[in-house]
Amino acid sequence: MLNLSLKEISNALEEKKFTSVELTQFFLNRVKKHNPSLNAFITVDEGKSLAMAEKSDQLIQSGKKSTLTGIPIAQKDIFCADGWKTTCGSKMLDNFISPYDSTVINKFNNAGAVNLGKTNMDEFAMGSSNETSYFGPVKNPWNLDCVPGGSSGGSAVAVAARLSPAATGTDTGGSIRQPASLCGFTGLKPTYGLVSRYGMIAFASSLDQAGPMAISAEDCALMLDVMTGYDERDSTSLNRKKENYSNSLDNKIEGLKIGIPKEFFEDGLDSDVQKLIEEALKQYEELGAQIIDISLPNNHLAIPAYYVIAPAEASSNLSRYDGVRYGYRTKEYDDLMDMYFKTRQEGFGDEVKRRILIGTYVLSAGYFDAYYLKAQKIRRLISNDFKAAYEKCDVIMGPSAPSVAFKSGDKQEDPLAMYLQDIFTISTNLAGLPAMSIPAGFVNELPVGLQLIGNHFEESKILNVANVYQKNTDWHLQSPKGID
Amino acid sequence: MSITREEIKKIANLARISVSQEEVEQVEKKLVGIMALIEKMQEVETDSIEPMAHALDINQPLREDKVTEKDIRDQSLSLAPHSEESLFIVPQVIE
Repeated sequence: MLNLSLKEISNALEEKKFTSVELTQFFLNRVKKHNPSLNAFITVDEGKSLAMAEKSDQLIQSGKKSTLTGIPIAQKDIFCADGWKTTCGSKMLDNFISPYDSTVINKFNNAGAVNLGKTNMDEFAMGSSNETSYFGPVKNPWNLDCVPGGSSGGSAVAVAARLSPAATGTDTGGSIRQPASLCGFTGLKPTYGLVSRYGMIAFASSLDQAGPMAISAEDCALMLDVMTGYDERDSTSLNRKKENYSNSLDNKIEGLKIGIPKEFFEDGLDSDVQKLIEEALKQYEELGAQIIDISLPNNHLAIPAYYVIAPAEASSNLSRYDGVRYGYRTKEYDDLMDMYFKTRQEGFGDEVKRRILIGTYVLSAGYFDAYYLKAQKIRRLISNDFKAAYEKCDVIMGPSAPSVAFKSGDKQEDPLAMYLQDIFTISTNLAGLPAMSIPAGFVNELPVGLQLIGNHFEESKILNVANVYQKNTDWHLQSPKGID
Repeated sequence: MSITREEIKKIANLARISVSQEEVEQVEKKLVGIMALIEKMQEVETDSIEPMAHALDINQPLREDKVTEKDIRDQSLSLAPHSEESLFIVPQVIE
């Protein structure tokens, strides 16, 4: 059951080679064995998962199976799931049992998928190393001394270490693609608005987007087929016809124009990573694609604008954690104000507090125009750069992250160095574009990710382009040694 | 522009987070670098640029004001740190 694609698992379930209960138990056993060293999951509930698997087996028996029916999926602990503890990696929600399903969870349930458990993450999705989680850091299965990336680090490790056939993540500034790069698998952040944010705990609402994390582009396409769709309960959800992402995976890519932004190969990119990215591009040329030099002249302003917009929206979103209606409340307090102050001091970790403070500052009287409005204007400049680039090319490629996985603790005391992890991913969140990271080789036995960025709604195109590469390479099929 | 300790205390107050003097000093050290990074935005002239709130520039949709969710009042109340009858209980605010 290990190392099978989602399609292969689906066929095996259909042909009764094994049941969903057997499959789910197999992965639960792997979680039980390896989670103590990897810390990928915050909540595992064998009883709940197996009960879902039994129901799926009944669906399969009665011939009411769809592609993901009976397949265990690890869910990032940012998605509310009815009856499951949903913490968002925070002490603030350590005792929160969700009373409802997020739309993403609901869609997987309706597809008959099994919830394998809730995965670890940076607190409120703020981080690039999974070291800010209240539930402890997640370890990279390729090297336990290294970080898995973040914020979807638990889901990343669940996929990379084959503790789950696939997982969900969310990406506000790179939180699917950077861990996909650092852990060596395939991750996709869809166009903003394609996947509903209802019941997905909010960090920066104008940037947050959920997406699939899996071994291959083909697996991601099958996941995306389930995850997308208009949802009137999310006011930013896009009302458009649902696509099928698995139909065009094998389209020919001859004549494909790949834009290479020179800004992605300047300062900050590790030279060994650069070499592998260039080799991958060469391979695309051999497969019939054409490389075109492009420029994203405002890319250097993406991180500054992001660190205004994201904290501003976070400071507003996280004001709901006040110790009144749910979540943590401080033990001793004199009055209401004292309760708020202590609850929020004790319930939030340092990085979250730092971002709330930055956000409060940039939104405070007298600074709104200079910071928030300015950042939103720069956001448009960045978006315009991409529009101009897509006049010349079909997809944009470059590195997903500036380096391979770094050692735990290395950047923890230096927020700026940590923020630079997302230097190649953040601009696509600001522009709302779909983007993927796919494995493209190894440096010192640590994986390197190639980033593919599509124009709005071009998920099918980048999945196709990724799939063609994966049909001609086997980087994505390699898994870490020692995780038996 | 850098951020002063007084300003950190002021915004912590706005954000309803207590910070000790020691924490203010730590936060200050880290925020100086972040604020310098943010300042880079001022290098570019944006007077004629429209701010962008939604990546696809869609407007907030309107819908009819009707009940669409099922009633989960009891479940919701059971999640509160302190609730009685159908009320969330907080420290007394009005004498």
